[in-house]
Amino acid sequence: MSDPARKPAAFYPHRHLLGIEGLSADEITRLLDLSQSYAERPKDDHRARSLLSGRTVMNLFFENSTRTLTSFELAAKRLGADVINMAVSTSSIKKGETLLDTAMTLNAMGPDVLIVRHPESGAVSLLSQKVDGAVVNAGDGRHEHPTQALLDALTIRRRRGRIQGLIVAICGDVLHSRVARSNIHLLTKLGAKVRVIAPTTLLPSQIDKMGVEVFTDMRKGLKDADVVMMLRLQLERMQGAYVPSIREYFHFYGLDYDKLEIAKPDAIIMHPGPMNRGVEIDSELADDINRSVIREQVEMGVAVRMACLDALTRDLTGANT
Amino acid sequence: MSTRQAIGSNRPPKRQTRPLALVNARLIDPASNRDETGGVLVEDGVIRDLGPQITRTGLPEGAEVIDCNGDVLCPGLIDMRVQLREPGEEHQETIETGSLAAAAGGVTSMVTLPNTDPILDDVAGVEFIARRARETKRAKIYCYGALTRNLEGKDLVEMGMLAESGALGFTDALNAVADTQVMRRALNYSKAFGLLIIQHPEEPRLAAGGAMNNGELATRLGLPGIPACAEVMLIERDLHLVRMSGARYHVAHVSTAAAVEAIRNAKQEGLHVTCDTAPPYFSLNEAEIGDYRTFAKLSPPLRGENDRRAIAAAVAEGIIDCIASDHSPHDVESKRVPFAQAACGVIGLETLLPVSLGLYHNRSVSLSNLLKCMTSRPAEILGLPQGRLAKGAPADMTLIDLERQHKIDVASFHSKSKNSPYDGRPVQGAVRRTFVDGRQVFAAEGTA
Repeated sequence: MSDPARKPAAFYPHRHLLGIEGLSADEITRLLDLSQSYAERPKDDHRARSLLSGRTVMNLFFENSTRTLTSFELAAKRLGADVINMAVSTSSIKKGETLLDTAMTLNAMGPDVLIVRHPESGAVSLLSQKVDGAVVNAGDGRHEHPTQALLDALTIRRRRGRIQGLIVAICGDVLHSRVARSNIHLLTKLGAKVRVIAPTTLLPSQIDKMGVEVFTDMRKGLKDADVVMMLRLQLERMQGAYVPSIREYFHFYGLDYDKLEIAKPDAIIMHPGPMNRGVEIDSELADDINRSVIREQVEMGVAVRMACLDALTRDLTGANT
Repeated sequence: MSTRQAIGSNRPPKRQTRPLALVNARLIDPASNRDETGGVLVEDGVIRDLGPQITRTGLPEGAEVIDCNGDVLCPGLIDMRVQLREPGEEHQETIETGSLAAAAGGVTSMVTLPNTDPILDDVAGVEFIARRARETKRAKIYCYGALTRNLEGKDLVEMGMLAESGALGFTDALNAVADTQVMRRALNYSKAFGLLIIQHPEEPRLAAGGAMNNGELATRLGLPGIPACAEVMLIERDLHLVRMSGARYHVAHVSTAAAVEAIRNAKQEGLHVTCDTAPPYFSLNEAEIGDYRTFAKLSPPLRGENDRRAIAAAVAEGIIDCIASDHSPHDVESKRVPFAQAACGVIGLETLLPVSLGLYHNRSVSLSNLLKCMTSRPAEILGLPQGRLAKGAPADMTLIDLERQHKIDVASFHSKSKNSPYDGRPVQGAVRRTFVDGRQVFAAEGTA
């Protein structure tokens, strides 16, 4: 997966970006610094435009996505790469062979970077073992979504100036959330105090061992929080007897002005999108420009993905830090 | 190329032309507590005599003599749970290749599961296996019948007639019988014929959708977990039914401390309950999965370290009666997929003995008690005449170099499939020779 010994002095000493779990705090901070520099540049920055010129970036999405795919595509284009989007319908991958068959076929076309989303945990790691280019995990099952965690961290840093010591409350469907897992890894590595808040049915087993404090009472969990990170509740969870109804869920775990009172007065609200208004978050609150940073998250997504593509292709381009 | 070869495939099946004497062996027979230096004299496929008096001198004229160099000679191993994929999935394994693997692993008898294609739920299927077994000379092959038709958990098979055709027991293989009423009827009906019912112990609804053991590692990997209590829940349900019916009930591949406890209590109570485990459950834990290694995906799943230790202890204590390989061949396509989609199971015929011997080498269990789990105890449960070194018993024997250190090399395996989690693992102890009815069916390199 990664081989730090091979290129110890590199800016980013891994071949792929498969998850936050394998990264050090220094590596994360460097990626965030680079992301910040991209966020500050004008869209038509000429130096950036030529960085990936002649490189091929493939978006390989085995799961529907609009915003992540678009964000990666835009990031790659702003760096001057040739971008190809491949949407593989979920029905045709039920037989797992297709994943590696597809990987090998695409690999033969020689992409420099493969950006992969897959509904199964571990699938992106499996694919990365079979290709020559760099692989970016754009979300695998419930496992990891590293660029989302990086863009969340960048947004927090811009709004709060730091991550160390902040109280971050991650609320909602933690069980099924790769965003939650990547954020827990990243925020705890950078010294934040991370809480998870969810009904017990949506908490994964022994989540406390990942270094978080666990709350089932949202009001207690929000106390003094600097950041309130809401997760999407997939409505099909109603069938699995995870929660009895949307009404009950919103009553106890939906974020509204009343519950937000308990957090710090200047606490920011985040959401990875797409939102279910009125399920996990009050519609008006989601649009409150004084509290919600959801728009900024989307904006930072492009900068973070530019930074990741830059970092992963530095060895290829021969550039130095 | 393989470093080992099977021998004797083209010899005549029945009549032993020359008597065979195995001398200078450490004879271990768990059934009679024999552990002494001596020899075995074989005539016509049967053990004629054995003991310290069998030496190079005084043998019948023309006897073939094999000097065992002090290695352990024990009854041939009986593996009570294998899948050979024939009929139906011959690209993964066949009765022929499975028999080669068995002989190389010191296994002289094995019992296949009914989850073939077609499923073994009628007399014709059982008779097909019996015929293929007769044609295959390297190991004795038996089968279980399905417990319910098409393994659907609804209608009982013709248990009595299948047993007459040779089925040694009844099981829905990898499926637990979910319907309590069906399980009740199956146990009640089996009682009339004294048949053995074997259960895959997992509460199916609780385990549904799970890919590995529930816990911290599953949470980190983002994989849906199977709670360990799913095992004991089904066993405890069944034990109530066993108590009502008085039937013979066997729990396959026990993997948790809680299940061991439930079985211990049932045995103390006097219920007709037996169980087995497979080497992965006392030699590996869930950490083996690492970065989504599908070769470590089993059913039941590899558990936590506490459960692993409990299984090793239960073998030592004798609560677990048998060790079976749970040989489950899978082709590359079934395993080289995302973890949740991958097939469950590992091959085990050629690692059963060396991995199990780890329990002897680390002083968890005596050699005789360990071998008992793979010889006389399964023979008793299955009602087979072999599994012992005794006058008049079939001359099924395995010669073992206890001390030989080597690394497991899956590339050298005879099995058609290579899905073993043990490749490269250092082990101590190796099969030197295997005999079935007095015929040598395997000899390790350098022993010819």
